[in-house]
Amino acid sequence: MNDPILSGHQLTRRFPGRTHLALDQVDVTVRAGTSLGIVGESGAGKSTLLRQLLGVDRPTSGEVRFAGQPLDRVRQREFRRQVQVVFQDPRSSLNPRMSVASIVAEPLRSLHIGANRAARAERVAEVLTSVGLRPEDGRRYPHEFSGGQRQRIAIARALAPAPRVLLADEPVSALDVSVRLQIIDLLKDLVDRLGLTLVLVSHDLAIVSQLCPEVLVMRHGRVVERGPTVDVLTNPAHDYTRALLAAIPQLPPDLMEEP
Amino acid sequence: MTILETSGLTVTLDGQPLVHDVSFGLAAHDRIGLIGESGSGKSLTALALLGLLPPGMRTSGRILIDGQDHLGAPDRQWQRVRGRTASIVFQEPQTALDPLMPVGRQIAGPLRLHQGLNRSDAERRAIEWCDRVHLPDPARLVRALPHELSGGQRQRVALAMALACRPRILIADEPTTALDVTVQAQILALLDELIAETGVGLLFISHDLPVVAGLARHLLVMRNGRLVESGPVDDVLRRPRSGYARQLVASAATVTRLARPAAREEKKQ
Repeated sequence: MNDPILSGHQLTRRFPGRTHLALDQVDVTVRAGTSLGIVGESGAGKSTLLRQLLGVDRPTSGEVRFAGQPLDRVRQREFRRQVQVVFQDPRSSLNPRMSVASIVAEPLRSLHIGANRAARAERVAEVLTSVGLRPEDGRRYPHEFSGGQRQRIAIARALAPAPRVLLADEPVSALDVSVRLQIIDLLKDLVDRLGLTLVLVSHDLAIVSQLCPEVLVMRHGRVVERGPTVDVLTNPAHDYTRALLAAIPQLPPDLMEEP
Repeated sequence: MTILETSGLTVTLDGQPLVHDVSFGLAAHDRIGLIGESGSGKSLTALALLGLLPPGMRTSGRILIDGQDHLGAPDRQWQRVRGRTASIVFQEPQTALDPLMPVGRQIAGPLRLHQGLNRSDAERRAIEWCDRVHLPDPARLVRALPHELSGGQRQRVALAMALACRPRILIADEPTTALDVTVQAQILALLDELIAETGVGLLFISHDLPVVAGLARHLLVMRNGRLVESGPVDDVLRRPRSGYARQLVASAATVTRLARPAAREEKKQ
């Protein structure tokens, strides 16, 4: 069993003016090399948990650790380099006035990675290629790309500093179904090829089952079930997980047989 | 009897066709699903059918409502159609509802306008409709503002509003896309119940094939502004004629299969 790379201990988050806790004593462990899916419906606390793990929001009580160290004792630049994020809507997460190359180079500049402009340009070309875009695409602007390609750009930007952990918040929810499959394949390939550890927040069990061997099911700020994804999906222990699985719209059963 | 029929419907913006030569008809008790990816022209088709296209878009073809062509009709004429002959519910009920008006008055509004009910009768009818769409404690809930309700409850209010004047056509444009999966299942069950009870002809628009296939009996497949396939749901799912429909079915089958490792495991054994 690999060491925990990122973990949350008894994380509680209370937002001012709200009676319900957004997070209620949540324990979460992300082991290097074992991707984790966080599933649940809106308001379950998935994104709040992700923001704690990303260090952009602080828990009311509890602690986040990176490689065993409390987050406030980890050097920010080192943490940012190792832990990157991709959001749901690439339209709003990409600056429309910047070329794709400068968007992807942004974390390299801010984290002072790469000796000079030429070294950074080389890294940009490399990550654009690894997400299935061409190095020349760097000269274009986000609006020239489709939704799926924009999500590839966002993934390239996250990968530029060569992080060990990639946090992704509903990375395919805004995409059409065929494009969704392509991005799932891309993420799967990156996890395998780069040894990335993915922490994936999604309401969609299909994507989690494809990418994450471990899963956490959340509801009302609490973890209701956790374990290997195959076990949770085949043999859910909690009523809520069962309801979640039963609610997924299905095609007639015979159409879902493997071709 | 066909209530709403369109033929050769074309919508253009700056000379570019966004919807091209779309023809189909909708009668009472019909359940037609219109499926396509984003940008395929399905929502524009829906808006055109109710004369709701944004200014600047040009339409040609025919939109027959009870046999009368409404294409290019003045808004006064459309107002007699909307809510009375045909209603629409949208993806995000938050934007379809007035944030400052209690939901009961919003349901009562069309009843007073189209059926000439007085305020107290209309509000009594609004309470009955809240009950029919299974909202809890209807007598109290009608006084709530939209933001005090959950997303699923707001969509129930939107359905009550759409159906209150007993339209013969209901257009539902991605009505469950913004909802959580368990809430989506409840709203789909409600929609199924309401259209069975009222016999309203349904045009259900979605990008999600399993959702459409569960509710519709006939499918229209749209791509790049054109209808590329039309047929009974079962035929389109099992014997798709166009390459695009085949691809949609395959993608949907893959995605739903992915969430069912149980089925995969059983099959291996």
